[in-house]
Amino acid sequence: MNPNSTPDSYRDPIPNSTMELLTYTLQLADNALIIGHRISEWCGHGPVLEQDIALTNTSLDHLGRARSLYQYAAEQFNKLPVEKKTEIFSSVALQNLVSTAVQVQEDDLAYLRDGWDFKNVLLLEQPNIDWAYTIARSFFYDAFNFLLFSGLLKSKDETLSAIAEKSLKEVTYHLRWSSEWVIRLGDGTEESHSRMQKAIDELWMFTGELFVADDTEKVMAQQGIGIDPLSLQDAWMAIVKSVFGEANINIPAGAWMQQGGKEGRHTEQLGYILAELQFMQRAYPGMEW
Amino acid sequence: MEEQKINKNEWPLWEVFIRSKAGLDHKHAGSLHAADAQMAMENARDVYTRRMEGVSIWVVESKYIHASDPAEAESLYDPANDKIYRHPTFYNLPDEVKYM
Repeated sequence: MNPNSTPDSYRDPIPNSTMELLTYTLQLADNALIIGHRISEWCGHGPVLEQDIALTNTSLDHLGRARSLYQYAAEQFNKLPVEKKTEIFSSVALQNLVSTAVQVQEDDLAYLRDGWDFKNVLLLEQPNIDWAYTIARSFFYDAFNFLLFSGLLKSKDETLSAIAEKSLKEVTYHLRWSSEWVIRLGDGTEESHSRMQKAIDELWMFTGELFVADDTEKVMAQQGIGIDPLSLQDAWMAIVKSVFGEANINIPAGAWMQQGGKEGRHTEQLGYILAELQFMQRAYPGMEW
Repeated sequence: MEEQKINKNEWPLWEVFIRSKAGLDHKHAGSLHAADAQMAMENARDVYTRRMEGVSIWVVESKYIHASDPAEAESLYDPANDKIYRHPTFYNLPDEVKYM
């Protein structure tokens, strides 16, 4: 990438960063799909009708964002030269499709990639376990997402900027909702407090990865297309501290952080998600209903 | 109003009023359960404004609504039946007055 490049050069697909933009789009898309799927598991199982509907709405916000991003990723993928197409994913099912020279669709990217091709952060694939874990996971991610999409509004990539604008409205509400629940449970009964604190403690080690920029994120940030996540960490911590203060929740002491999701190294949890999510399309390719 | 049995494990009931667009009245949309006003507001947003029904929400705990007694309907409402002069239909409006 050339730091002296004129703004005009951003209008054309930039050959060197084409792959980075595709990978970046997929990271955003995979995060949206996996958290959306996790939250959707509550559908029909919510503790009360009203929260069942609230979570289902939220899940659909995430899945809607995933769709927009996968559509954009598929569009980019289809423009790649063949040798690049075979290089970027190792999943056999997707490679089979590529070898037939058809154009891939959003669904192919969601259903035909294997775990190691998924770029989502580890936090989002962690299981629901109970209401407190579900809230803690959402809160950590919503606070991050709020800052991320606030920044992506200014992305030089028009599609990402447009998606950010729509998402920010949704995410602002998600953050309000999950913050509210952290406070309600943390500052609630003895039991709700201890369960909220436990969930926070156990998921804490997955929060560090959010802020560790991989090569893709670095290149995208340098080009004004993406955001360097490290630049969001202070603001994220400020949100967390403020909500935890009201909730009487302690910031966990543990400093060791788990990572690998951005490079496709996942916890065992992702396998279970994909098995459920992808089974139908793998067993009955192209099936519709 | 008849004393309602309240299940200790259930959140209180709230009535939800939605204004569909600026300038219109808030209309009763339905009810829901919530632990307090803030949760009632958020639940109302999630349950009753998913299809772009509203621009403003009121919530009030159902126990604060006082309702008329259906048994008194005759004495309360029937006397209005034969008093059509209460409708503003007996005035001749000048042509200049529009939008009435």
